[in-house]
Amino acid sequence: MNGPLRHARHLIRVAALFVGLFVVFLFAKAALVPKDFGLYGHYRPSALAANTTRELSYAGRAACVDCHSDVEESRKGSKHARIGCEACHGPLARHAADPGAQAPVKPDPRAFCLGCHAQNVARPATFKQVDAEHAQGEPCSTCHGPHAPEKGPKP
Amino acid sequence: MDPAALPVVQGFLYPNEAELQWSILIVLYPFLTGLVAGAFILASLARVFNVHEVRPTYRLALLSALAFLIVAPLPLQLHLGHPERAFEMYLTPHTTSAMAMFGFVYLWYLLAVLLLEIWLDYRKSIVLWAREKTGLTRRFYKLLTLGVDDIGPEALDLDDRAGRFITIVGIPSAFLLHGYVGFIFGSIKANPWWSTPLMPVVFLFSAIVSGIALVLLVYMATSALRGKAVDMACLDTIGRYLLYAFLVDFAVETLDLAHRMYEADESFKSLDFMVRTKLYFSHIVVQIVLGMFVPIAILGLVQLVKLSERARRGLYAVAAALTLIGIFAMRWNVVIGGQLFSKSFLGYTTYKLELAHREGLGPAILLMLLPFLILWVLVKLFPPWEEEDEAISPVRAGRPS
Ligand code: HEC
Ligand code: HEC
Ligand code: HEC
Ligand code: HEC
Repeated sequence: MNGPLRHARHLIRVAALFVGLFVVFLFAKAALVPKDFGLYGHYRPSALAANTTRELSYAGRAACVDCHSDVEESRKGSKHARIGCEACHGPLARHAADPGAQAPVKPDPRAFCLGCHAQNVARPATFKQVDAEHAQGEPCSTCHGPHAPEKGPKP
Repeated sequence: MDPAALPVVQGFLYPNEAELQWSILIVLYPFLTGLVAGAFILASLARVFNVHEVRPTYRLALLSALAFLIVAPLPLQLHLGHPERAFEMYLTPHTTSAMAMFGFVYLWYLLAVLLLEIWLDYRKSIVLWAREKTGLTRRFYKLLTLGVDDIGPEALDLDDRAGRFITIVGIPSAFLLHGYVGFIFGSIKANPWWSTPLMPVVFLFSAIVSGIALVLLVYMATSALRGKAVDMACLDTIGRYLLYAFLVDFAVETLDLAHRMYEADESFKSLDFMVRTKLYFSHIVVQIVLGMFVPIAILGLVQLVKLSERARRGLYAVAAALTLIGIFAMRWNVVIGGQLFSKSFLGYTTYKLELAHREGLGPAILLMLLPFLILWVLVKLFPPWEEEDEAISPVRAGRPS
């Protein structure tokens, strides 16, 4: 190369390198950004459809009650009656479809209740909370049945 | 959830305030970027402002900036999880999110400023190394020459001018890089501990202070490790600039404090109480007294009293180490402090720092050591030492430009 740029060959190469990288980036962008991105906003609309095809994890209370009507019966009139079964038992859709396929794990009756009932100023004052002494070292289930806790231990 | 993990709280908090969302990793992040910006500003003293005395640290400062810049985003990625998604902010840029736009600030600073400047400054050395070395190292340097081994005076002159230009662009970029970090906090209007337009300025000057202190320490440590005498003129000059930067930083932080106290808005009582209790040690003791007053006093003393070289070296090392601790405490107090009080101003929570946890002390320590490891590799690959070749670096050679 001649002329005034004779000694700028290395600078031209860096510039070319940057341009090259940018072009690679543009190709990567074209290849990687989903086609429908930005159609309605800063998201991918087909994500909604994709999510609906995913397997459900929760069966819903109505499904549980079909088979465990005894539990529903024992909860009647209790303060826990309106809590969804899977709020405590975790997602059990596979169990509901086929009880043998997924064995529900029983919640640990010592630590588990405190997740909702431990003393915490952030909780509404009207919600019943207990401090560390309340259980006197016993699991909560010694004195409270989980499905109807105010009616004493489960018979 | 393990109920024992519930943090200790006092008074009234809103439900989402008991647990801190921004952990020590988010403390680390502004600390690291601050060091980058500060080290770069020190390098630019040599390059643009022609402060000849600090030349021995010029390349070291640039390499330190690079080492820390490489690590800077890692705490964020560890905090968020899914590091592979970070690239998506380039693919689908979210222009109204300050956090998302950081990706571009970072990339600009890394590619357009730091790497280019280092490359231009080292180009002559790289070409020479490519000629001298053999085997794999030779190929490595050869690759870096981009196939051009023109190191004639015209080409070097071009490098020098291009490098100067990049440094001039780099200074506002370094300001942007760190001012931006302050902006992120300063623009959160719901949080009175953070929300102030002074935040970017405070972050910037504390960044400069910490970066200068870092390079000072790295320079002293590397000299000691190599068994070389430190250049006292260089050290004295860095010490002086550290003092200047500190005085500005002090002024800005005092302004912020005075403004808060005089304004005394509805949050003031609550924040004041927090500073006097929960933050007392990290804010008053470490950040302000140990991390600011003591180093300023030491650096000022060195200016006023004639001391032996040995004494000065020791004092500089102590001042710089305290400075780094103080600036780290400052980041801690901003990030953690801003989450300890309730936005109801009626309660406080505590931060439980775990050791072996994804966001715990362990990873934080590792992330803090990583830049030094990278710096070690960089120094091996690109020795920044004076005696390598007096004439190699256009800046080092002090050619009038
Ligand atoms: C199709 C009927 C059926 C449905 C629907 C069903 N279960 Fe079950 N469930 C069973 C049977 C049968 C067993 C006993 C299986 C066993 O002991 O291995 C069982 C066992 C359990 C157990 C464990 C009992 C133990 O002693 O270990 C729990 C807890 C449980 N179910 C909860 C639920 C919940 C919550 C739901 C709703 C999501 C649900 N089940 C829906 C049939 C059903
Ligand atoms: C407040 C939390 C909670 C809710 C809500 C709850 N359970 Fe339970 N459930 C438990 C606990 C805890 C145990 C374990 C008791 C034990 O180990 O003795 C349990 C045990 C069971 C068992 C095992 C048999 C038994 O009675 O011990 C079944 C079946 C069961 N639950 C079904 C249900 C169904 C169906 C619902 C919804 C209608 C429901 N549970 C709602 C906490 C709950
Ligand atoms: C998912 C959250 C949740 C869990 C887990 C939970 N509870 Fe409850 N509990 C509630 C709610 C909600 C109420 C009803 C509050 C109301 O209506 O005032 C309640 C009410 C009660 C009450 C009645 C308080 C009264 O008003 O007298 C007792 C006792 C109780 N729970 C004990 C337990 C025990 C024991 C466990 C563990 C087996 C447990 N709870 C687990 C949410 C929970
Ligand atoms: C030794 C028996 C015993 C054990 C164990 C026990 N409770 Fe209770 N609990 C009681 C009695 C009795 C009451 C009702 C008297 C009262 O209101 O104090 C009660 C009341 C409650 C209430 C209502 C409090 C209120 O203010 O009305 C809650 C909530 C509760 N318990 C939760 C728990 C939880 C959670 C555990 C496990 C950590 C637990 N209990 C363990 C005996 C027990």
